[in-house]
Amino acid sequence: MLAQLLTFAWSAPSVDYHALAPEIIVAATIVVLIVLDAFTGERSRWATSSIAGIGLLLALIPIATLAYDGVDRVMFGGGFVVDNYALILQALFVVAGYIVILLSTNYIAEGDYYEGEYYTLLLSSVLGMMVMASARDLISIFIALELVSIPAYMLAAWRKRDQKSNEAGLKYYLMGVFASAILLYGMSLIFGITGSTLLVNIGADLGSYISSQPIITLGIVFVLIGFAFKVSAVPFHQWAPDTYEGAPTPVTSFLAVASKAAGFVAILNVLFIGFYGRHDVWEPLMWALAALSMTVGNLIALRQTNVVRMLAYSGIAQAGYILAPLAVAGATLGTGSEALRSIVVYLLIYAGMNLGAFAVVLAVARKTRSAEIKSFGGLFSYAPVLTVCMTIFLFSLAGIPPAAGWFAKLSIFSSLASAGTASGYVLAVVVGLNSVIAFGYYGRLIRVMWMDEAPDGDRTPIKVPASLSFALIITVAVTLVWGVFPGALTHFTDQVTLFSLLR
Amino acid sequence: MKDFLNSWGISLMVFGPLVGALAMLVVPKAKEQFHKVVALATSLVVGFIGILLMTNFDYDASGHLQFVVDKAWIPIINSRYIVGIDGISLPMIALALLIVPLCIIYSWKHFPEPKNPKAFLILILILETGMLGSFVAQDLILFFVFFEVVLLPMYFMIGVWGGEKRQYASLKFFLYTLFGSALMIVAFLSLYFLSDKIPVNGEMMHSFDMRILPELATGISTGAALFIFGGMFMGFGIKVPMFPFHTWLPDAHTQAPTVGSVILAAVLLKLGTYGFIRIAIPILPGAAEKWAPFIGLLAVIGIIYGALCCLAQTDMKRLIAFSSVSHMGFVMLGIATLTTFGFQAAIFGMVAHGLITGMLFFVAGSTKDRYHTLDISRLGGMLKSMPHMGWILGFAVMASLGLPGLAGFWGEFPAILSAYDPGVGLNVAFFRVLMVIAAVGTVLAAAYLLWMYQRVGFGVPTKEFEDDPHLHDVTFTEWLAWTPMLILIVVLGFMPNIIFKVTDGAVSHTIAIVNGLGG
Repeated sequence: MLAQLLTFAWSAPSVDYHALAPEIIVAATIVVLIVLDAFTGERSRWATSSIAGIGLLLALIPIATLAYDGVDRVMFGGGFVVDNYALILQALFVVAGYIVILLSTNYIAEGDYYEGEYYTLLLSSVLGMMVMASARDLISIFIALELVSIPAYMLAAWRKRDQKSNEAGLKYYLMGVFASAILLYGMSLIFGITGSTLLVNIGADLGSYISSQPIITLGIVFVLIGFAFKVSAVPFHQWAPDTYEGAPTPVTSFLAVASKAAGFVAILNVLFIGFYGRHDVWEPLMWALAALSMTVGNLIALRQTNVVRMLAYSGIAQAGYILAPLAVAGATLGTGSEALRSIVVYLLIYAGMNLGAFAVVLAVARKTRSAEIKSFGGLFSYAPVLTVCMTIFLFSLAGIPPAAGWFAKLSIFSSLASAGTASGYVLAVVVGLNSVIAFGYYGRLIRVMWMDEAPDGDRTPIKVPASLSFALIITVAVTLVWGVFPGALTHFTDQVTLFSLLR
Repeated sequence: MKDFLNSWGISLMVFGPLVGALAMLVVPKAKEQFHKVVALATSLVVGFIGILLMTNFDYDASGHLQFVVDKAWIPIINSRYIVGIDGISLPMIALALLIVPLCIIYSWKHFPEPKNPKAFLILILILETGMLGSFVAQDLILFFVFFEVVLLPMYFMIGVWGGEKRQYASLKFFLYTLFGSALMIVAFLSLYFLSDKIPVNGEMMHSFDMRILPELATGISTGAALFIFGGMFMGFGIKVPMFPFHTWLPDAHTQAPTVGSVILAAVLLKLGTYGFIRIAIPILPGAAEKWAPFIGLLAVIGIIYGALCCLAQTDMKRLIAFSSVSHMGFVMLGIATLTTFGFQAAIFGMVAHGLITGMLFFVAGSTKDRYHTLDISRLGGMLKSMPHMGWILGFAVMASLGLPGLAGFWGEFPAILSAYDPGVGLNVAFFRVLMVIAAVGTVLAAAYLLWMYQRVGFGVPTKEFEDDPHLHDVTFTEWLAWTPMLILIVVLGFMPNIIFKVTDGAVSHTIAIVNGLGG
């Protein structure tokens, strides 16, 4: 009788285990880490980072087989989709997570910071991102977002005897919760009008008479503002520099790259599937956010004396570039897919170059114990390899060939120009001008490394641990290969689509 | 042989320097001799490949691209790896191939502080790849990439090995050029999206192919074309540099190490003028016609303004830098006429300016090495203390002021003359006025150059340098580096046809495109 009732009320969804395999592997790794930490204690500390890394690498296998298979898999009534778009972003999150683990290994072990818990939380956050890539439902997007964020709040405050780290965690937490509240309010408005949390249904409804309801505008704006906090777009960026500076540097790299990318993925999901019909609402909003973010971010970055803070503001500016194509994405389906692809391309390249830059900052800080720009003085004289690596990353961030960043910028320009509208061209020129401003501070760091003297005359070489070197090799290789052969990247991003509902 | 050159020649030449640079990268910097030999050998091998290409070049068909390679590169935007050489790019390539080994020879014993030959030579080789790549690229995106690659080594050369205000100068150089290229890439992309599509593997796509863009761009509205040309004008005009975007040049030149100045003057500035001739004008002839009077006007302002600035300089190197602004004005005037004659003059002017100003910068560098100053008022009596060097300086000065019989004449004189009869649709009276003003510029050029030479070369050495033991005459490596340039200045002066014959076909072809579609 009870069984009957259950089957009546709840029918088990068909689960495609192959499609879920990447998430399952990461979840299993988390369980292993917790058990290991709980039952073996101190003895197995050294293994935790390796296990976490191996777990992430294993998760790449099903991602590869799924991509090879090439079939779009839809589950849970359309709320969870595994397609090319989801897979390429999952791969991004997994690899970015892996590189962050490489960056963390020595930092966390030498600082004696609770290794078991650290990697558990890091992997939980990565898991949230992977779910985000596939989530096509307001509820699952929200859950994914919280799964990304909550571990990150704790990670930001990881150096718990350090006041700045506490400040970082608390600020991040309060702002994050505030953003979540706005986001939820927007979602509830959307749900109230359309009666569905499924993005496809919302998209269909917004294409019809319902879209004329003024409350829809409010809902869309609130949802997007909620995400704008996550990607630290101006004027919702104030938490980022303090959090980035206070958090342990590996965590900062994670927040600046992976967590930010997850926010963009959420924006892409809701915009292209749910809100695409109301581009008259979100295009101007995105235009303003993009123009403000890049201009304000770049101008403030010019004044920074700390490399991490500088990278934080540069990240705000980069968020502006990434948002820019969305300002014209609604014109036609063609420009829409162009915008989507250019953003995915930018996210991938951004991950490579920015993680690399953080890797160098970490390596240099091992010697100088400082992230002040001044402490990079004379780096070329005692650490030429690190200097060349950092130079490649900075040129890439500035968008100068042959480092990959130029292609990312080109994609942005190209999608702005493809719209053929005045607003698109104007924004393209704004991006262009900003690239020049941005070189002001990237160039200054390059200048300090190459042309200044070491601040205290200390020229002992830097010992770079193996895991950091490996992370550097991966990021430099990626940055250069994608820069010289962008085809190697577009070959994958070419397949990306998100329009499950065509107008 | 021919087949091999057809498919691999250009790529080997362009990326050859990178192979050398990679080899040097893995050897520690203490082995200075190794780095010098490898760098020189690389540049010579690359030069040899270039000579092979030139001997196999079909000069009767210089209007057509030769040794063309066309391979997929970024399929999603249909940007392709297309390289080729025609009569317009050939002289530029020859110039780059010549200057680089000479610079390496010159620096053999002249490494500026803080030495480090390994890094310095690697940068020169990367620079060579960038320059050669820009001159062979036939795809807008590929061109853009090489155009930008040139920036990086130059930035470091000025910033690390430069003079006292090197950091300011290098950043200024970089920001100006970056500003131009940001607008240029927006212009390229709008051109791409507004031009017609072509079938690619059964799909209709836009194209970045410079060879067919003149045809594809005919449908672009006049207003849009004017804007697009404006974007390219900023990119190329800053590089030339045209008045009023020239202010980075004197700083960059004054602060750059000698070799940097030479390469900057001899080749990098030509990227701008080459861009006008190769890209902006043939692709958008209609807009070019509207912009031409404006370009001509700025060119002439540049000639006069540059010359007047020269008269006010106290530093020899800064004077030569401003003379560059003036001389590039003649080149731009030739281009602005939109005629075969004007273009020919411009290309000749580019080569001549490269050789002559390069030579002047070499001498200025050697002067600085010996006197440790370039303050004109403190120099003097060079003909007495260092007769050979004094004569070489005099020779270069004469060539630079456009003395008939030397290369400079054939760049300046035809450029002025071409403005007498500007291309179809241009205001004849206006260009004749420009012609007259430009002619005045040559007088000013004679004035500032001779004035400088009098004070540096003639007279007796100042007290300060009377018996200075550092004042030794031209050394062996200097002779080695300078002789080819001196010979070429004379040879081109007597036989300008060497270049005019090469460029003729290609320029006629370009002008035919301009007149055929623009009128």
